[in-house]
Amino acid sequence: MDKVQSEHNNKFTLRIRSKTDQWIDSGFKKITISMAATVALVLFSILIVVFLESKPSIQNYGINFLITSDWDPVNNRYGAFTAIYGTIITSLLSLLIAIPLGVGTAILLTEKIFSKKVTQLIGLMVELLAAIPSVVLGLWAVFVMEPFIRPLLNYVHSHFGWIPIFSTEAVGPGLLPAILILIVMILPIITAISRDSLEQVPKRLREASYGIGATRWCTLFNIILPAAISGITGGVLLALGRAMGETMAVTMIIGNSNNFSWSLFAPGYTISAMLANQFGEADGGQISSLMYAAFILMVMTLLINILAQWLVKKLSLKY
Amino acid sequence: MNKNTEFVKYKDNNLEYKPKLARNIFNKLLTSIVMIFSIIAITPLCLVLIYVLIKGGSQLNLSLLLLEPEPPGAVSSSAGGIGNAIVGTIVITGIASLISIPIGVGGGIYLAEYSKGGIFSKFIRFGTNVLSGVPSIIAGVFIYAVIVVTKIILGSSFSGIAGGMALSILILPMVIKTTDEGLKLVSDDLRKGALGLGASMYTTIVEITLPHAFKSIATGIVLGLARAAGETAPLIFTALFSYYHISSFNDIFYEMSSLSVLIYNFALEPYKAQNQLAWAASFILILIVLILNLLSRIFSKRTSY
Repeated sequence: MDKVQSEHNNKFTLRIRSKTDQWIDSGFKKITISMAATVALVLFSILIVVFLESKPSIQNYGINFLITSDWDPVNNRYGAFTAIYGTIITSLLSLLIAIPLGVGTAILLTEKIFSKKVTQLIGLMVELLAAIPSVVLGLWAVFVMEPFIRPLLNYVHSHFGWIPIFSTEAVGPGLLPAILILIVMILPIITAISRDSLEQVPKRLREASYGIGATRWCTLFNIILPAAISGITGGVLLALGRAMGETMAVTMIIGNSNNFSWSLFAPGYTISAMLANQFGEADGGQISSLMYAAFILMVMTLLINILAQWLVKKLSLKY
Repeated sequence: MNKNTEFVKYKDNNLEYKPKLARNIFNKLLTSIVMIFSIIAITPLCLVLIYVLIKGGSQLNLSLLLLEPEPPGAVSSSAGGIGNAIVGTIVITGIASLISIPIGVGGGIYLAEYSKGGIFSKFIRFGTNVLSGVPSIIAGVFIYAVIVVTKIILGSSFSGIAGGMALSILILPMVIKTTDEGLKLVSDDLRKGALGLGASMYTTIVEITLPHAFKSIATGIVLGLARAAGETAPLIFTALFSYYHISSFNDIFYEMSSLSVLIYNFALEPYKAQNQLAWAASFILILIVLILNLLSRIFSKRTSY
């Protein structure tokens, strides 16, 4: 009996992990925690650094920076109204056009209107569109798109020139070409996210709707889209944030002019284009003013992103 | 009897499809609108690809891929090549991934394996989402202020390292998110089994869960690299640009060229030869980015285990 007991004990002895094992185990956890904390650290340091660098300019110009459009490094007078207006108008107008295009494409991809292969091909192409670097889109916009649409814009100008937004002749880069290229850039985002949220709507909702005799679009408008609205809204807001921060393609095609004009055909500015254009050669007061502009851009995109996350949580329906 | 008369009221209540019914016309109309929308959506891709293929692909030859570019306005008839820019893009993207992959995977491991849904992990997830929405140019501005101006890294100002760090800020949230989501998809039974056998958390994660999540993590990393390779905005005032090849390791502490900055700089030059070079560089850049994208597709399709 005694012997059996001891054999039993030998078989199942409790092995206590060696000190090194314990050390590795707890050390690994601490390393992963610190790496996760890096994200917060980077985010906060970006905010703090940009704010501190822009402080001289904030103190000098204050709110006037937002409502004037002088940009005069010689006399040290700075105002970013044109750039802020350009940022908002280009991103909002491009969003306005990209939403129906993007959501429409997403509906086509999820509704199985075409055969599976065609649907997959269209989906793949939209995803690849998102992968094209913005600088290449800018190059294409400068050399191909803008010369192509210029006669069209001038035709509009000559017939509807009395409307303020068409009031100048299109001579090259301007706000409207920038809006068009922004549409191309944010469309894949809206499509991808809308597609995901449409696909997540439970099948039985659609089946029930078809079962009581609703048509495809009746079902879409009354059942599917309302159920997916949270994801779509989130995607639209993310796209808005992306459009505001988009730099390269816009810099190349917007004309980079700080003169304010109501016309969409005239050259303009966005905050990111201003940064890309001037940061390299700037010094002193100009750097601080550019940092102020960067701070405004950052706050705008942060607010939109936070709003997007909050809305997605708030609007999401649970099934 | 009563029922029957009510039935007769609806004259054609047969179940045939009636194409002239308002709702059916409406249905068809909207379906065709959506078709037109999606055609509009994919037109730019086709146009850009065709133009880049014609204008860039046609100039492709070996010397273009190897030589250094000539400064704009130089007397020579050819604009040189994009060899140093190709190398520079690879080096800068490599530096960015060396920084962001360990941090991102580590952070993702914490979120998925250790955190218990407390305030800290909620905040980190939130911060990751916010960081991924930060405009890329802001990352460049930040690195410019912290690294370039202060010359904190061995006294070098504009450098390939600074460029890589700016890009790593953009990749980091993507890597964390995909690691987090990839690990969450790993079946909990595996985890419980390993822990039940007496494995430590470290062993469980490194030997069991990470290998299972490998393909989704790899997909995320490759997509992040594809995005980084195409980014320009964070590089134009961190890595700047150089007309010369990298000759030694030390060169990463100096200005470095990249394909995307080359395209930006040369597209705005008034010289035709430089513009041509920008198209050629676009072709190579799109090739790199598309290959990385297809690679990520292969990763995500291959079923491991």
